[in-house]
Amino acid sequence: MLHDRDRIFTNLYGLHDSGLQGAIKRGSWDGTKMLLEMGRDWIIDEMKASGLRGRGGAGFPTGLKWSFMPKVSDGRPHYLVVNADESEPGTAKDREIMRNDPQTLIEGCLIASFAMGANACYIYIRGEYVREKERLQAAVDEAYAANLIGKNNVHGYPFDLYVHHGAGAYICGEETALIESMEGKKGMPRLKPPFPANMGLYGAPTTVNNVESIAVAPTILRRGAAWFAGIGKPNNVGTKLFTISGHVERPCNVEEAMGVDFRELVERHCGGIRGGWDNLLAVIPGGSSVPLLPAEQCQELSMDFDTLRNLKSGLGTAAVIVMDKSTDVIQAIARLAHFYKHESCGQCTPCREGTGWMWRVLTRMVRGEAQKKEIDLLLEVSLQIEGHTICALGDAAAWPVQGLIRHFRHEIEKRIDDFTARNTGDTVIPVAAE
Amino acid sequence: MAKIIVDGTELDVPPDFTLLQAAEQTGAEIPRFCFHERLSIAGNCRMCLVEVKGSPKPVASCAMAVKDLRPGPNGEPPVVITNSPYVKKAREGVMEFLLINHPLDCPICDQGGECDLQDQAMAYGSDASRFAENKRAVEDKYIGPLVKTVMTRCIQCTRCVRFSTEVAGVPDLGSIGRGEDMEITTYLEKAMTSELQGNVIDLCPVGALTSKPYAFAARPWELSKTETIDVMDALGSNIRVDARGREVLRIMPRLNEDVNEEWISDKTRFVWDGLKTQRLDRPYIREAGKLRPATWNEAFTLIAEKVKATKPKKIGAIAGDLASVEDIFALKGLMSNLGVKNLDCRQDGVALDPSFGRASYIFNPGVSGIDTADVILLVGSNPRWEAPVLNARIRKAWRLNGTKVAVIGEQADLTYAYDYLGAGVDTLNGVVDGSHSFSKTLKDAKRAIVIVGQGALIGENGAGVLSLAAKAADAIGSLTDEFSGLAVLHTAASRVGALDLGFVPGEGGLGLAGMLKPKALDVLFLLGADEVDVPAGPFVIYQGTHGDRGAHRADVILPGAAYTEKHGTWVNTEGRVQIGSRATFPPGDAREDWAILRALSDVLGVKLPYDSFAQLRATLYAAYPHMAAADQILAGDVASLKSLAGRGGAVQAGLAFRSSIENFYFSNPIARASALMAECATLAAGGKLEAAE
Repeated sequence: MLHDRDRIFTNLYGLHDSGLQGAIKRGSWDGTKMLLEMGRDWIIDEMKASGLRGRGGAGFPTGLKWSFMPKVSDGRPHYLVVNADESEPGTAKDREIMRNDPQTLIEGCLIASFAMGANACYIYIRGEYVREKERLQAAVDEAYAANLIGKNNVHGYPFDLYVHHGAGAYICGEETALIESMEGKKGMPRLKPPFPANMGLYGAPTTVNNVESIAVAPTILRRGAAWFAGIGKPNNVGTKLFTISGHVERPCNVEEAMGVDFRELVERHCGGIRGGWDNLLAVIPGGSSVPLLPAEQCQELSMDFDTLRNLKSGLGTAAVIVMDKSTDVIQAIARLAHFYKHESCGQCTPCREGTGWMWRVLTRMVRGEAQKKEIDLLLEVSLQIEGHTICALGDAAAWPVQGLIRHFRHEIEKRIDDFTARNTGDTVIPVAAE
Repeated sequence: MAKIIVDGTELDVPPDFTLLQAAEQTGAEIPRFCFHERLSIAGNCRMCLVEVKGSPKPVASCAMAVKDLRPGPNGEPPVVITNSPYVKKAREGVMEFLLINHPLDCPICDQGGECDLQDQAMAYGSDASRFAENKRAVEDKYIGPLVKTVMTRCIQCTRCVRFSTEVAGVPDLGSIGRGEDMEITTYLEKAMTSELQGNVIDLCPVGALTSKPYAFAARPWELSKTETIDVMDALGSNIRVDARGREVLRIMPRLNEDVNEEWISDKTRFVWDGLKTQRLDRPYIREAGKLRPATWNEAFTLIAEKVKATKPKKIGAIAGDLASVEDIFALKGLMSNLGVKNLDCRQDGVALDPSFGRASYIFNPGVSGIDTADVILLVGSNPRWEAPVLNARIRKAWRLNGTKVAVIGEQADLTYAYDYLGAGVDTLNGVVDGSHSFSKTLKDAKRAIVIVGQGALIGENGAGVLSLAAKAADAIGSLTDEFSGLAVLHTAASRVGALDLGFVPGEGGLGLAGMLKPKALDVLFLLGADEVDVPAGPFVIYQGTHGDRGAHRADVILPGAAYTEKHGTWVNTEGRVQIGSRATFPPGDAREDWAILRALSDVLGVKLPYDSFAQLRATLYAAYPHMAAADQILAGDVASLKSLAGRGGAVQAGLAFRSSIENFYFSNPIARASALMAECATLAAGGKLEAAE
């Protein structure tokens, strides 16, 4: 259980003044200049020492990522891009930061940009976040008005911050697609290498970070890497925003220590599973793209990167989707498959063709209108997509399906048996050619 | 150089080689759809996946550079495997995905037999389909009269999109929609505006984009394929003519890095329907103002009658734009045997003259010299219409090397940005004396090319402008022993060859302008010359292929062979000697041109000294040894350019240059006979086709 004194986002629920004055009262912008005076290397070393792992889903160490940026500019500007295209189904953490605690993000942008030698930072905000964009823009304007950021700001480091509004495509949350989209092109992921740290936005060295990763940075630096590293479990340290949705009594966003027990998370903050703990069917622990876990694996489940990875799932964005026993789990995954089919950019073959194939097979499986050998076919198709694509959307589309087959194969088989029993021979299933 | 191990073979390759290039060095075959050597790398078909030791995922070999691979823990070179079961499985998977939504319409698909998807499915696919759902269907798009679309077959490789934006320079094609709803289209379903659009047919790895005129005409294995040379412009693109029986069914590009790379213009590709219409397939004689069919004997007898009754001074000959070197050589031999000195090959009246030296009329830096140029100055030329493939090469240099382009002449859309210096002579003078603001850029350039178009050289001012252009090249330091930057861009395929043979007025002879004056001549011989207006008066003998302007004026018509119907040599604008071959036979009673001239010489009693084509060539090579060196360029002499620069000449002040091509699609008799070219010309002029037509 995280103590209140260790919370970074103290206005997560918007109960206090979310404006600049309120944020300053809560500790934002306190001694920022002093932090910058400690120098770039100190900031990056401190971030590395804090053990912060990227909060956008992949869990790549943030300090290490910052250190990839060239130390000296070769004439090209450096850019920081904040990925606020929070589109992963189930995830709503960055939204609350931008609505209610935007100054933590803005301060983080300044510090991170300074650490990477960037004088301009862009926040790419999801297209559907219209009000959030307004709130964030207002906060940026406030910071400019108070001369906290800008060309001649009080911190003595010229820095401009721009909020860029996306157009609402899931794929634009992928860092290179996001960069393409910001450049005014179609949001299609780029080939890597070259990586953004060498050639990103407008061909210049760029780092793309999640909102939460940036927003926690000022507090980490103020309170020290050791404080942050002391929370949570080894290699999975610090605090983390969890978004719990689905069949719990009170779905919510909450800041908790990494490695918090799943049952504690749900029972303390969400009022427990709808219908009691034993009514739990399955959990998607990290946003729609990670494989689900069945109830029996959730009895004593530490919510952190490594534990979940060992269970062949993932912490992802820590968007916990809880499903109770009223859920048609095949239907649920079929809906996710439809989402990925809809959001595939269409650039590379396996994802373009494979996501639609998986969705169609799953749609039949929801009705039971399939053959049992198609379960293996489906699994194989998902494996043919995974790892064969330019970006990770192919993987994200494949994993939920793999999770379903891994844990609920019996459910699919039962559905097929039921359907076959109902349709014993006399029902003709029309096929395309007829 | 970087070390890499591909399938157990250690290689030393340049570090920026891709894995695909490196693997090809060992002879490993890597399948691909989206990758194309001349287009940017898309990496989206995923067919070229290979295994890289240490990488958790298969790697797209077309997009990964050798230098981006990490060496092993002890510094061993990176290991790439292209033939493991892992790779086989990855390819099989991608192939399955490509095929699930690809229609099974190979039997009615024009790509059948030369389809990348078909071939690679055979080699890398699995035997049966596991896809039980309905296949996707995509609406066909109208993208013009040349390219037929069957978009259901499209595999979204985006080669066509990349070609049109990168090479052709007209962003007409793009993809709309995303995921499996992605479609390639011109969006408003308008015709593509590029004169290179036919190349997307070759680029398309499946049957989504095929040739509209060739639709359902033949299967590739039925065609006899003849490698020859194009005559639609002076570039001399290398082509392959595919024919069945006596009929040319299509024309495709051949690879020649120094000339056309692997592109050809739409005129080159689609002109073949013009080979079938308006053909002269028997001799004609004009009687009482009307042409009537005749026999060869009648025609020859009538000519002999007229020629014998005329003094050589009153006889003239003009060689046309499509004639081969051999034809012109035979005509020249015939005329000199008759003692005729009134010869000309410059139908458009340009002031080029072999007496100035070969360097004065060829594209001295060579077509591939464009790749290394840092500044290109276009004088009175619109290469987009005069030589579209060469224009694409300039665009490539502009796009990839940052070559600057400047224009003196007409302000036209050349598909790349250029500095517009001015309209004509005054600006050129400014460049010569260094007073123009662009002169410094030209002088600072290491390899600046001055491309002179035929439009600037026409007429009385021509000689002066040519000298001025040479002077400009000299002034900016582009006339040195290592590099000669004066480049004459011709529009006629026969022209450089004819100038090499000296098919210009002999001593005291009349040139084109003189010959075309009323009452100047009594007998005029036109060898495929259709671009001249012959006045009333002379008895006109027209030897050619099409019922075009020349034939309309003719008193006797001798039916000849078109460029696909004879062996022949053509010298392109850079002075490259290229040899073409016969793909089909001339129609009806028509004969190969050299044979007609040889037969006629016998009737006229001035027999030419060869009885076969081989003998003709031997005579030709003896007289002009450089014609024997196929695919070679006899370099021009820089000293002659320097003296040309010093020659001077009267130039009218304020003269503005115009391109000599008025309508790209109608520039020669074959193109004028082609219905397709007419349709293209209508579209290019902004015309619209109605749906019902």
